[in-house]
Amino acid sequence: MLLGPALAVSAILFSLGVAGVLLRRNAIIIFMCVELMLNAANLAFVALAQQLGPDGQVIVFFVMAVAAAEAAVGLAIVLAIYRHKQTLDIQNLNLLRG
Amino acid sequence: MNQIPSAVAWTWLIVALPLAGFVVNGAFSFFAPNAKRAISAVGVGVLVAAFAVAVVVVRAVGAAPPEEPWILTYWSWMPAGSLQLDFALQVDQLSAVMLMVVTGVSAMIHIYSVGYMGEDPGYARYFAYLNLFVFFMLVLVLGANFPVMFVGWEGVGLCSYLLIGFWYEDKVNADAGKKAFIMNRIGDFGFLVAMFLIFQTTGSLDFREVFAAAPAIFEVGGATITLITLALFLGCTGKSAQIPLYTWLPDAMAGPTPVSALIHAATMVTAGVYLVARANVLFAMAPISSAVVAGVGALTALYAATIALKQWDIKKIIAYSTVSQLGYMFLGVGVGAYASGIFHLATHAFFKALMFLAAGSVIQTLHHAYHATGRHEDAQDLRNMGGLQRYLPWTAALMWVGGLANIGVPPLAGFFSKDDILARTFARGHEAPLFYLFWALGAVGALLTAFYMTRLMAYAFHGPNRTGEREREHLHEAPWVMTGPLVVLALGAVAAGAINLPAVLPGHEWLARWLEPVTFMGGLYLVEGQLGAATEWTLLALAAGIAAIGMIGAWQLLKPAVLKPAREAPAETGIQRVLLRKYYVDEIYDTLLVRPLAWLSDRVLWKTIDAFIIDGVAVNGVARVARLVGWVGSRLQTGQVGTYVVIFVLGTIVLLRALLRS
Repeated sequence: MLLGPALAVSAILFSLGVAGVLLRRNAIIIFMCVELMLNAANLAFVALAQQLGPDGQVIVFFVMAVAAAEAAVGLAIVLAIYRHKQTLDIQNLNLLRG
Repeated sequence: MNQIPSAVAWTWLIVALPLAGFVVNGAFSFFAPNAKRAISAVGVGVLVAAFAVAVVVVRAVGAAPPEEPWILTYWSWMPAGSLQLDFALQVDQLSAVMLMVVTGVSAMIHIYSVGYMGEDPGYARYFAYLNLFVFFMLVLVLGANFPVMFVGWEGVGLCSYLLIGFWYEDKVNADAGKKAFIMNRIGDFGFLVAMFLIFQTTGSLDFREVFAAAPAIFEVGGATITLITLALFLGCTGKSAQIPLYTWLPDAMAGPTPVSALIHAATMVTAGVYLVARANVLFAMAPISSAVVAGVGALTALYAATIALKQWDIKKIIAYSTVSQLGYMFLGVGVGAYASGIFHLATHAFFKALMFLAAGSVIQTLHHAYHATGRHEDAQDLRNMGGLQRYLPWTAALMWVGGLANIGVPPLAGFFSKDDILARTFARGHEAPLFYLFWALGAVGALLTAFYMTRLMAYAFHGPNRTGEREREHLHEAPWVMTGPLVVLALGAVAAGAINLPAVLPGHEWLARWLEPVTFMGGLYLVEGQLGAATEWTLLALAAGIAAIGMIGAWQLLKPAVLKPAREAPAETGIQRVLLRKYYVDEIYDTLLVRPLAWLSDRVLWKTIDAFIIDGVAVNGVARVARLVGWVGSRLQTGQVGTYVVIFVLGTIVLLRALLRS
């Protein structure tokens, strides 16, 4: 396995995720970008597990479990926001402005 | 220590009786203000009983004069570390003299008040205050340590305030009460400072311990003892109305006349003299302070006498006369003649109470006369009197006795006591010429005393009557309940001089020898000025001559016949106006002290320090800073998730850099 290319892909995926979270305004897209970041981390774990032992692979399962739970809660929140506001543009969601 | 006689154990009763009178009359004033018979019985009864007990106690002192004071400890008052204070009374020769004066004169004035205040709606309140005053005065003269004395000292000040403002519906009276109270506070500050210093240096506040320890602790003429005695004397100038704190006493005449007689002539104002005599060791060890006491006394004696020359209010004249006579007492105790000061205190209590009460009778009958005809004239103005001896023969005769005693006509009481002070001042002249100056001030003051007293008597009782045609028929002699006490006081004014006849006469300074156990400690530090018999006779003759010149001069110069009633009188001019307005001292104090203080309090203390700095900068400023910080912080809370994420990412990058570098 090529560690370097794997980590590079992971870094690119993570950066795309961050860029998506920062730049997009649709809540579902942001949500998907967060998933992208999680999976970029997973890729890095798996790649490193090849050299450092199986711990990283175990962590990946944890991350998947957390991601699943997050997806459930997050999508529920998205649904609730949409019912409440009839939009998913996060720039309209500023009730907590100081 | 010698055995305390069983009779002295009754001392507590002298103090407790007036207090009980206060409690009972205080209850009457709330629940039965019109039960005047019962109120009189209680108010006067407790005083007569207290006087009787005092006689018993003083007889016991006389039977076996104590070498050192008998201390009667009742309870432990303030046991606090090294400060062990008992509530204790002290009976010795000095407090015996004060006991007789206070209870005796008070009893007479209480009886007089029954007549004078009989129609007043506040009768019960009046007697309650008067009883309370006597209680505090007795605590003052019997206290065995400085704090107990201070309780009495403050208490009499309180009662003085309450009684000056007794007719408080009139703002002038209430203001006069406040003035007296505030002036006394300035003096009390001195008393407190002195107590702190005494405790710091001697570790005790008991009279006996402090005075016994003083010679070993203090150095004669040292800074500490001078400071202590000057601070004590500041207290005296407030309480006893000496320069510069005397201005409250003439204003205190706003109270009922018996109050003026009791508090502002006979008893309370003499507390300062008593304090100096009591602390004679301390003062004798501080020659500078003693000279200050004597100097202030001599100056006040002369100064107040000049003001009295031109007053028209009969009570104001007697008030300034009181200030002047108190000056003589301080001159006496200042030159180390402690017994002479106390002697003058005792004689003055009689003749000045007599003067005030007689003036009260005059004022009352004039007041009634004007009330009957409905004219609004000043019942206290000499210009509205004149020829009153025809209408009030007893009062006129008795007031003449008091006036002559005040002038110092031999052989009345005031002659011997005033001459005693002046002679002893003169006797110390060979030490320092300053004392000759003090003597001269006192002698000129005596001349003026003769003048203003004769003026008062001439304008009030002789010449044509100026009260008014219709009022004249309403003028009448006071009832016996008022004239009776005058007779008793007049006997005292005549005979009290006998207790301390000068050395050249038989009797040989009985009071001075009687007070010897109290004053001998102070005497150790004084050079006893000896006067030859010839000098003493000369001084006696001179004193009598001064009195005669003053009286004859006044009688010749003043023309009661041409005096006009107050309403028609022309305005005063020149020096007479200055005297009438009391050298404008009230105005000067107002300009120099009161207004700057009011300005300071208003502009600086209130509007700058309190309103601006404390409220504005400190309190509201902190709130404003918190709000500003909150505002800045709240700008970060845009509510935009995107912003939070940007900050979060940037923060993560910064943290990662920091972690990876290390």
